[in-house]
Amino acid sequence: MPQRTPLYDRHRALGARLVDFAGWEMPVSYGGALEEHRAVRQRCGLFDVSHMGEVEVRGRGAGVWCNRLTVNDVRRLQDGAGQYSILCDERGGVIDDLIVYRLADERFLLVVNASTTEADLAWMREHGSPDVELVDRSAETGLLALQGPRAAPVLAGLADADVAAMRPFTLRDATVAGEPVRVSRTGYTGEDGFELFVASDRLPTLWDAFLAAMVAEEGFPCGLAARDTLRLEAALPLYGSDMDRTTTPLEAGLGWVVKLDKGEFIGRAALAAQREGGVPRRLVGLEMDDAGVPRHGQAVLADGGPVGQVTSGTKSPTLGRFIAMAYVPARYAEVGTAVGVDVRGRHHRAHVVQRPFYRRAH
Amino acid sequence: MQIPDELRYTKDHEWIRIENGRGTVGITDFAQDALGDVVFVELPAVGTALTPGQAFGVVESNKTVSDLFAPVAGEVVEVNEVLRTQPELVNQDPYGAGWMIRLAVAGSDGDAELLDAARYRAHVEQA
Repeated sequence: MPQRTPLYDRHRALGARLVDFAGWEMPVSYGGALEEHRAVRQRCGLFDVSHMGEVEVRGRGAGVWCNRLTVNDVRRLQDGAGQYSILCDERGGVIDDLIVYRLADERFLLVVNASTTEADLAWMREHGSPDVELVDRSAETGLLALQGPRAAPVLAGLADADVAAMRPFTLRDATVAGEPVRVSRTGYTGEDGFELFVASDRLPTLWDAFLAAMVAEEGFPCGLAARDTLRLEAALPLYGSDMDRTTTPLEAGLGWVVKLDKGEFIGRAALAAQREGGVPRRLVGLEMDDAGVPRHGQAVLADGGPVGQVTSGTKSPTLGRFIAMAYVPARYAEVGTAVGVDVRGRHHRAHVVQRPFYRRAH
Repeated sequence: MQIPDELRYTKDHEWIRIENGRGTVGITDFAQDALGDVVFVELPAVGTALTPGQAFGVVESNKTVSDLFAPVAGEVVEVNEVLRTQPELVNQDPYGAGWMIRLAVAGSDGDAELLDAARYRAHVEQA
């Protein structure tokens, strides 16, 4: 029996196509994934991402503990600030990517992927500390993502706080449509936007309020299909597709997240050695010169044989071109390098391009 | 879901309209809906000889890729070039502007496997 978010009946009523995603029955689209994608790029769209996990970390050792388990430097966070980070194992392999928010002194909120919530919690408990309490808030927390250039005015119209003035990766409490929520200026689409944490039982009310408020902006609900093409255009890696325990953050192009100088943390020695010795492969952006969707697992070809693997691919709705992310040996990672992709036994020409594929102008 | 009465269907969700020895082939409304937004259609060269059930191309959405199968034997005499730049026509008008190939149908002995609209509907509803 798959898990369902509190919005399941809403999704059904809206005519969404539902699919299993990491054990959750989630909307893949509500009619047209392309239109949903364009709504977010041009106006706004609303996603139910309540399947994601939330873990609260508290106790007098919370800050030190978070800094030991994640690769970014938690000490840089002030109250109400968050940072993108990675949970690594001792070999530098990626257990998950997450956002770490500092709610208050010695109180943090970790927002993790749905597919990895259980494994993350097991890892965290395995590396627990007597000074730190871990509270799984996933079931009681609903999460909406309001994304797009018109997200700020839509949210501002419903909120009692000056949400438009919020800086990226900050978090604050607010009352939105009469509901107490925690608002962050974050997302997974490459657009401006917000994520709203709300008590599960209040989620349907908040969802309805947003759908009504978005009508004037011609915004509508969006599913996982649009979320995937949006994040891929922005070259935001997807855990399980673009990275996992067999890849390091340095290989995935996330070296900027890894703060080797912050002191000891799990995975530090392995990552320091890799940075010192040279990163053997890189997650690069590919643009296809031959038509066809590159897909996860297809081989990247160069010098007469396979040299790497496609991790994600799509036809970019914004660019109108076929794009992919792929691991290739460092010597093929330079922008402009010509490679091939084995698309069902045929050699499709491709070349390495700058990541991200799409960067918002506003 | 549209299943026009005048067409014949395969279990793989292609349709064919045969008129004066020419067969026009595409994919059904059910198939385009299941695929989602079609982003690429790969079609054969004119002159390709096809046997019933032979793969003649692929249709791709961001979600998945599917082979296209010839409903009957015949030679490809025309392909819908518009789909190269507007693959979304397969979604918008699967039985019209979203057609894929035209065949010079070779005899009528290849038709045995085709379903009429009622049987195709039963096939889809059973799936």
